[in-house]
Amino acid sequence: MINRLLAANRGEIARRVFHACRSLGVSTVAVYSDPDAASPHTAEADVSARLPGATPGETYLRGELLIEAARATGADAIHPGYGFLSENAEFAQAVLDAGLTWVGPSPKAIESMGSKIEAKRLMADAGVPVLGELSSDAVTADDLPVLIKASAGGGGRGMRIVRDLADLPKQLEAARAEAQSAFGDETVFCEPYVANGRHIEVQILADQHGEVWALGERECSIQRRHQKVVEEAPSPLVSDTMRTELCEAAIAAAKAIGYVGAGTVEFLADESGRFSGRRAGEPDHRFWFLEMNTRLQVEHPVTECVTGVDLVAWQLRIAEGAALPPDPPSFTGHAIEVRLYAEDPAHDWQPQAGTLHRFHVPGVNAEFAIPPGGSGLRLDSGVVDGSVLSTHYDPMLAKLIAWAPTRAEAARRLATALAGARVHGVVTNRDLLARVLRHPAFLAGETDTGFFDRHDLATLAAPLADPEAEKLSALAAALADAAANQDHAARRSGAPVLGRLPSGWRNVPSQPQRKRYRVGDRQVEVRYRLTRDGLAAEGFDGVRLLASAPDQAVLEVGGVTRTFAVAAYPDMVCADSALGPVTLRPEPRFVDPAEQVAEGSLLAPMPGTVTAVHVAEGDQVEAGAPLLVLEAMKMQHPINAAEAGVLASLHVSVGSAVDAGSVLAVVESQEEP
Amino acid sequence: MTVLKSALDVGAADFAAKRDAMLAKLAEVDAEHAKTIGGGGTQYVTRHHKRGKLLPRERIELLLDPDSPFLELSPLAAWGSDYPVGASLVTGIGVVEGVECLITANDPTVRGGASNPWTLKKAFRASDIAYQNRLPTINLVESGGADLPSQKEIFIPGGRMFRDLTRASAAGIPTVALVFGNSTAGGAYVPGMSDHVVMVKERAKVFLGGPPLVKMATGEESDDESLGGAEMHSRTSGLADYFALDEPDALRLGRQIVRRLHWRKAGPAPAADYDEPLHDAEDLLGIVPPDLKTPFDPREVIARLVDGSEFDEFKPLYGSSLVTGWAQLHGYPVGILANARGVLFSEESQKAAQFIQLANACGNGTGTPLIFLHNTTGYMVGAEYEQAGIIKHGAMMINAVSNSKVPHLSIMMGASYGAGNYGMCGRAYDPRFLFAWPSAKSAVMGPQQLAGVLSIVMRQGAAAKGLSYDEEGDQAMRAAVEGQIEAESLPMFLSGRLYDDGVIDPRDTRTVLGMCLSAIHTAPVQGTAYDGAGFGVFRM
Repeated sequence: MINRLLAANRGEIARRVFHACRSLGVSTVAVYSDPDAASPHTAEADVSARLPGATPGETYLRGELLIEAARATGADAIHPGYGFLSENAEFAQAVLDAGLTWVGPSPKAIESMGSKIEAKRLMADAGVPVLGELSSDAVTADDLPVLIKASAGGGGRGMRIVRDLADLPKQLEAARAEAQSAFGDETVFCEPYVANGRHIEVQILADQHGEVWALGERECSIQRRHQKVVEEAPSPLVSDTMRTELCEAAIAAAKAIGYVGAGTVEFLADESGRFSGRRAGEPDHRFWFLEMNTRLQVEHPVTECVTGVDLVAWQLRIAEGAALPPDPPSFTGHAIEVRLYAEDPAHDWQPQAGTLHRFHVPGVNAEFAIPPGGSGLRLDSGVVDGSVLSTHYDPMLAKLIAWAPTRAEAARRLATALAGARVHGVVTNRDLLARVLRHPAFLAGETDTGFFDRHDLATLAAPLADPEAEKLSALAAALADAAANQDHAARRSGAPVLGRLPSGWRNVPSQPQRKRYRVGDRQVEVRYRLTRDGLAAEGFDGVRLLASAPDQAVLEVGGVTRTFAVAAYPDMVCADSALGPVTLRPEPRFVDPAEQVAEGSLLAPMPGTVTAVHVAEGDQVEAGAPLLVLEAMKMQHPINAAEAGVLASLHVSVGSAVDAGSVLAVVESQEEP
Repeated sequence: MTVLKSALDVGAADFAAKRDAMLAKLAEVDAEHAKTIGGGGTQYVTRHHKRGKLLPRERIELLLDPDSPFLELSPLAAWGSDYPVGASLVTGIGVVEGVECLITANDPTVRGGASNPWTLKKAFRASDIAYQNRLPTINLVESGGADLPSQKEIFIPGGRMFRDLTRASAAGIPTVALVFGNSTAGGAYVPGMSDHVVMVKERAKVFLGGPPLVKMATGEESDDESLGGAEMHSRTSGLADYFALDEPDALRLGRQIVRRLHWRKAGPAPAADYDEPLHDAEDLLGIVPPDLKTPFDPREVIARLVDGSEFDEFKPLYGSSLVTGWAQLHGYPVGILANARGVLFSEESQKAAQFIQLANACGNGTGTPLIFLHNTTGYMVGAEYEQAGIIKHGAMMINAVSNSKVPHLSIMMGASYGAGNYGMCGRAYDPRFLFAWPSAKSAVMGPQQLAGVLSIVMRQGAAAKGLSYDEEGDQAMRAAVEGQIEAESLPMFLSGRLYDDGVIDPRDTRTVLGMCLSAIHTAPVQGTAYDGAGFGVFRM
């Protein structure tokens, strides 16, 4: 029996594991890095242990520290979650050697699936269809495009697409370097790249007694940078026949390696016909084994919803030796999950850091659990209001899952919840997700991995709020601010009167109140007066103010009453309405010259560390020339000269840690003579 | 507590007629305000903007806290004179960093912002308000100095401007000068006498004598920047404390200075929470009849001014032509004296004198501020009243008003004639603030009465000389005099002469009084009974 379990992870997955523990009466232990000291997963565990440091290498990847933490806290089992050490056979072995229960498959199973080259060979032997592997030296033009993968990799790290043979050596080198730094193993291999492939995976649950369940498939084809964003069960592509074949293949795969616990067999299905090996009588869609993930998947909730199986609870039971019932459950309804990331899809998916001022999703029926009653909205979140998003970890904030009788209904429910969510503080992919879920192609089930390329990412990433909605939101923000200023004045000791007078009152009115906001790249100036006869705002003819408060403005626009929920933070104002969420950056009325940056200054786009400097002061630089490299959020961001000129000053050197907005360098443009 | 009920019939034709008359007068006032705002006219405003400069009201808007109120003072100064309405100066009370300040700003689009006699009067009135109410002063300076053709009217009295600045400073009332442009010759003493000085780069010009004068006086060749530029005064002479990069930067620095004043209000704080009046301020448009011969019940006005429309009347059954009583306005306790039927008799005078003494004894020394709502034709005349001592009794009231120490506020709703103007705390009796409704009229007596009196006197003069009286000429004389007196008793005329602090929309009265009371309470508030040196309250 497991009495106390340590989750060797953080964020939403640690919370998910704790939730299962609580439902089984198992005591919980959290580990936390320094930036996670105040995070929700740390707070809600019965006991927690500090992992000094911030980077994963210093903390969540330190197996010996984790085992020590388990000893110190009296834990008798370790659940690795996903990522970090979840597929590290050595760690699994160390856990077992320490006399603890390892919630996962055997180190041997992890090892055999950990090497992708090895895994493919094993699967081919077991009769599971596999994609032909290409030796990296033997790739020819006919093989293009090819995908380079890290043998020890996962989660898209180290993957590179090569479309031009000339790029191959450089890409191989980069992939090896990345594989080495990420996984400690530089082995990479190539395989044909299936451009519009469908990513379909089968959930496996196997007990220690030889029973293997295949809990249906999940479709995870909508991806960005080879990371899944939208996942669902069942797949709109998969017919009952194909499902049977997929499940059989998955069970065969699991049995071939004596798999125990929860795992996922990933397949690539292709519609393009590039692989012409289809035999007569075979199904329309062919599929090949991609890899097996010997752990819980991020997207496990969709399977939980449609099967009613609490996978994490079963992981624990199986680890304790429990046997699965003989008959796997049947499937009910359709579940779709989206991964809400702090990232900017419109700017190359740039990860975002900062304070998440507010995080609220309306209408959530269950957290970390299957919604009761056969349908509903589920939230698995690693963050709460005020969470600080560190640059050290994956920028996923939460997973939101809708489960409904039909796929269309689930998509609608999820899109509505996303659009109505209050997510303040950082840029997220929320608007993109809502647009995907409402896209006709998505609703038609056309969800291949090329979705974002084919449907114009810029359109998909466009804010839900259109320019008119942004204008109205700016007006609402200005009016809520006026109410806040009134409130503040009314509470000022000695002169509450001033807060009780009509806002911005003038006996000789000469001009409006002005407030400037930056919305995206645009500047919006709101000019308004609150008169005896109501709101008078330039450019808003016929707009009436029905009510305002520091956190709200109710406007009547063309006969329609529109309520804007307004939240003001030191550096931003967030206005949420049925027209879509809008984040406004108030422009200061005055600029302190001391805070002004010199023209031509290059500012750090996010907090990070300078890893390379390519220029020196006094150098002549061309427009677009790379000046330095900033590493943040596990990515390398080149900082390029915006225009040609002379590098007037350089404020950083390799190793400098910088905050967002810090001046990195100043390029003085050269006037044409 | 007595809650006032309203008997006003807002559906009545009479109400509509009064309202229409009031709205017509308001439109006239608005048209005059528009002239003030227009400054020196489109051409000069455009040129000013082209130079990258802000108009005085634009500067003020940027100086003020966002969404805070601003009470502009004397906007009609110089109305009816040879000088442009507004007198090339904007003054008012506004909130900067949470502090109520007296703000003045020259209007450089009006003849370079030069000071004329009315500019001086307006500036002096502003400095009086700052001094009496201990309001920090912020002067937004850009003035070409004295309007030379009228120097005889301004040179000698004008010295007071600089005296007032330093006396304010001596009294511990901060003075801030933000210099946006010219501030030369005598004008140089505005920054010179101010506690805190900000000058705008390449714009401020502060010197005693400009290059031509210097050349004439000493033969020295010089330029504006070396004689009085912001850079020079910030780095060399030390006349400027802060060097502003541009106009907004100067206003930012002005706000920063005020923030560090740590200004505290010395008067008692108002109630933290209070109710708005139960009756609609909008109705105030339809209370005063166009013909002031018809009296109106001031309780209808009071019911629309005071918190919760609660008014506890003092001596309601005695001297009922004057309503007196206690109320609260925007949380401040106030005593109100309001004319009910125009005439002040002995009873009304004595009641007022007693009430004013009581107000001075309230609040354990602080006293209760008084609001005078004018609609009086003056003290009663006639043998019966003279014999009953109307002069003595009127004198009691004027004595009480004159020597009362609590703050007074006057609102001219309707008539304010004769000594009634004095007894009700007219301009000469130094109310802290005095505002007029467009319906107000003020003169020694009504135009017809005055013309009639003149006619009688002239007729008697003719009779004494045995001459026949020219009846036709009398008609013409009476019409002319009536017309002249009527014109000179109107609020815009009086406002032009600084006899009030502005003509306001009756619907704004509560707001204006609220701002005034708040400003007043920046200074300590004391009644005459504060030190126990006087007499007890005389029962009269």
